[in-house]
Amino acid sequence: MLRFVLRRCGLALPSLFGLLVITFLMIRLVPSDPAAAMAGDDATPQQIALLRHQYGFDRPIWEQFGVYLGKIARFDLGESAFSHRPIALDIAQRLPATLELIVVSLLLSVGIGVPLGVFAALRYNQGADYLLRIVSVLGVAVAAFWLAIMLQLLFSMQLGWLPLRGELAEATAPPARVTGSILLDSVIDGRWDALVDALRHLVLPAVTLAFGSLASIVRFTRAGVLETLQNDFVFYERAMGYRRSRLIWLYVLRNSVTATVTQIGLLFGSLIAGGVVVEAIFDWPGIGSYTVQAILTGDRQVMLAVTLLIGAIYAAVNIVTDVVHGLIDPRLLDRP
Amino acid sequence: MTPILRKLSRDLPAMFGLAIVLIVLLVAILGPLLAPYPGDAAASHLLRRLKPPSEGFPFGTDNLGRDILSRVILGARGALEVPLVVVGIAMTIGVPLGLVAGYRRDWVSESIMRFTDAVLAIPQLVLALALAQLLTPSLQSAMLALSLTYWPFFTRIVYAETRRLTGSVFVDALRGIGAGGTRIVFLHILPNTISPVIVRATIGLGFTILVAAVLGFLGMGATPPAPDWGLAIAESRSYLPTCWWFATFPGLAILLTVMGFNLLGDGLRDLVDPRLRRSR
Repeated sequence: MLRFVLRRCGLALPSLFGLLVITFLMIRLVPSDPAAAMAGDDATPQQIALLRHQYGFDRPIWEQFGVYLGKIARFDLGESAFSHRPIALDIAQRLPATLELIVVSLLLSVGIGVPLGVFAALRYNQGADYLLRIVSVLGVAVAAFWLAIMLQLLFSMQLGWLPLRGELAEATAPPARVTGSILLDSVIDGRWDALVDALRHLVLPAVTLAFGSLASIVRFTRAGVLETLQNDFVFYERAMGYRRSRLIWLYVLRNSVTATVTQIGLLFGSLIAGGVVVEAIFDWPGIGSYTVQAILTGDRQVMLAVTLLIGAIYAAVNIVTDVVHGLIDPRLLDRP
Repeated sequence: MTPILRKLSRDLPAMFGLAIVLIVLLVAILGPLLAPYPGDAAASHLLRRLKPPSEGFPFGTDNLGRDILSRVILGARGALEVPLVVVGIAMTIGVPLGLVAGYRRDWVSESIMRFTDAVLAIPQLVLALALAQLLTPSLQSAMLALSLTYWPFFTRIVYAETRRLTGSVFVDALRGIGAGGTRIVFLHILPNTISPVIVRATIGLGFTILVAAVLGFLGMGATPPAPDWGLAIAESRSYLPTCWWFATFPGLAILLTVMGFNLLGDGLRDLVDPRLRRSR
């Protein structure tokens, strides 16, 4: 098992290196002069030259790459051109909120999607199955930012059931910061009022994000279960008199979810990406709204740092996905 | 070809998708003729701003008094142009790279595939946002950024197909009668990889409409007064909740168009590879 994990991490190394090369090249190869862009419109040529020297843009490109690698290794992601704070600090502060949102959305979509997928497979080509298929087609096709606005319009503006934006109401004092995730901090601090308020704030962004991934989890689980049901072992176990529910939820499901697990890994990437706009719409204080802020202010350093961060998270998630695969289906552990 | 078309015509969801795609295509081509107020792409009529849906304006009017129905119709052209260009460029880059990487078995193939994997390691939207930002935001940069991030999907598919085909007997036979590598790859392998590429392209069109709408929404795509669907939704946010129609109809247009491409793509995929029935 350990060897499998190590080998999988080794396989990710070229990808991570490629990621570093891409983010490095992105700022150096764009036609416009990065130093001029950083300095702003009314900078004198001397100021631009100074900046160019300061950031090392006048050195040979491989030397610049070496400096870049050294900085990344020390978690030095540069400084935001607008807030003048270290980007690594900003990211450390905002990452927990993003992870919280993504994990909750993922739990929602898996918790609802897998049972629905099994249900759809058992009702193959009946009314409920058709209904779920239509919903899942809609889920993949809907623009998350539009869905977010529609949910805000209905549930916060018209009905007033849920808060419009943010992660806590202004009247609620935030819990003491330990982990950075407001749900966990509320529990640690014993602040049940804050927990309830935070959960209410989490509903709309989490549902918006979960909707798209829910759709693909339903589809994958359905397809997986349908395929497994054709197997001889199901026929055999049925003949042996296993209870139907035990057979389906224990044996059939375990044999069907490998594709779903891959999908969950892929979804993590699309949740991070989708989260960018959704966070901005709901003013969720995470990486996503940080990204949008960087886009609007033209903060390239932040854009690159975020791209690198998300790529790295994605690579890590892919490794975890493979390991989970191995746990579900130990046969995979021996494959090269 | 005919039995395949007959099979496709029996796939109800796919036909529904095809119908939507054809309608959107027609609307995109005939836009200015169909729109009740073709001038509303750019004009403004402050006297009738933010009117709710009525007989004269079935989708209502926006913050500058422009007919939203007309703008949704006029926006179809841009909404299709962007993904067609993007997927076109992505195919032009991705397919040859996949062919070369699949046919050769040396460092060239290895480095192409490693680079492809590295690009795929970043979620497309994030990479596209970063690129569009670096290239000074405009519609052209957005399209370039989307193309530069979508080609790896084609490379992966074509690579896998080419690898499979290179091992097959007919390629051996071609080599035996003295055909050169270029000839084998472009005249014999390429046509055999075309169907998965078409499937991917159809699904990619729908996907690109969504991502392009996000770019438009964030102000990195079309610029006002262009009747862009994503841009319209962004503009509508200051007028909620009173003017619900302003945000609703452009979003429905995106939803319907993307759904059309996805349903059609699913149907085509079933034809090409019946084993994968509706799995994605």
